[in-house]
Amino acid sequence: MFPLNDNGMVSGLLCGVLFGYVLENAGFGSPVKLSAQFKLTDWAVFKVMFTAIVVAAVGLWLMRLGGLLKPDSIAVPQAALMAAAVGGALVGAGFAVGGYCPGTSVAGLFSGRLDALVFVVGVVLGTIGFAAFYGAALKSLKAAWLIAEGDTFTDAYAIPEPVMLGILGFALIAVFYFGSWFERRGTGTVTAQQALEGAR
Amino acid sequence: MSTSDKQTNPEIRPFWPPLVAGIALGLVLLLTFVLSGHGLGASGAATDLVAGVGLQVAPEATKANGYLGPMVADGSPLGSWLSWEIVGVAIGALAAAFMAGRFRVQLDGSCSVGTSKRLITTLAGGFLSGFGARIAGGCTSSMGLSGAAALGVSAFVFLALFFATGLIVSRLVKGI
Repeated sequence: MFPLNDNGMVSGLLCGVLFGYVLENAGFGSPVKLSAQFKLTDWAVFKVMFTAIVVAAVGLWLMRLGGLLKPDSIAVPQAALMAAAVGGALVGAGFAVGGYCPGTSVAGLFSGRLDALVFVVGVVLGTIGFAAFYGAALKSLKAAWLIAEGDTFTDAYAIPEPVMLGILGFALIAVFYFGSWFERRGTGTVTAQQALEGAR
Repeated sequence: MSTSDKQTNPEIRPFWPPLVAGIALGLVLLLTFVLSGHGLGASGAATDLVAGVGLQVAPEATKANGYLGPMVADGSPLGSWLSWEIVGVAIGALAAAFMAGRFRVQLDGSCSVGTSKRLITTLAGGFLSGFGARIAGGCTSSMGLSGAAALGVSAFVFLALFFATGLIVSRLVKGI
């Protein structure tokens, strides 16, 4: 029965190599490609993310249905909604200003981008800054708007899992439909050639 | 306007179509859940690095810190699953870039906004991202992607604010 709960070196390296391989092939080592999402000219970031979310969520659901995956065995982030909102806003701002998020900056660095190295340094400094300022204010921020009933939509709001998957599927179609519409209106998506030429 | 009317270099392989990349990423994420019991991450590796190096360089201050102290109580987190995963991300991205002729050493964005400004925007972006990820308890990978696949409520709050703020800030600041 899964999960194996294998948190060793080989498990980490294997998942990481595959993750990095897909990120770079998606074009997510390029800050030009990534930041084009917020300029609404290239929707690859949301298309890829939503597709992956639906594939993994449906896969987990099917494995649970088939008795291959133990119920409630998968880690779900705590439903601390204030922290998620403030943190999400800051990561979004960092993405718009710097052109990366923490994971994609590693893909950027290892496809040769020195600005990504500086971004990684920034992430480390931001982490040190958080630890230095960690006190009553940040603790209360992390404890605000906490849903006591549970962390998933099913536990917190009693929405059945198939309904959530249906909503996600609908959102996926919407992202592709409206994203492609924006892409046709704009200057076109960022090709590998353009990404290599860098932002001009 | 597409690739057809631009000069194309046959050495450079195109990116995967978003649907293909998304399905591949979803399968990698599913494998990660099945193997480890949790999803993919990134910013947590920076936390492990800070805590682990802190324990070496300034052990007293690190142990006394309210955030890092509990993390180093059972020893250094430098060999954590997430640390190895990030080493893997580096190897995987390097392999993909080389195999597709897309590896190029450059300071991306120095032509568009100037080298000194680009250094400032990418450093500031990284700082905001690192600080924000610690508030949320994860970044785009762990909170956004993995949390949403696990149908976590906070993941969708994270993604909504990530998108809204990014949209606004990218109109106010030209970082790249």
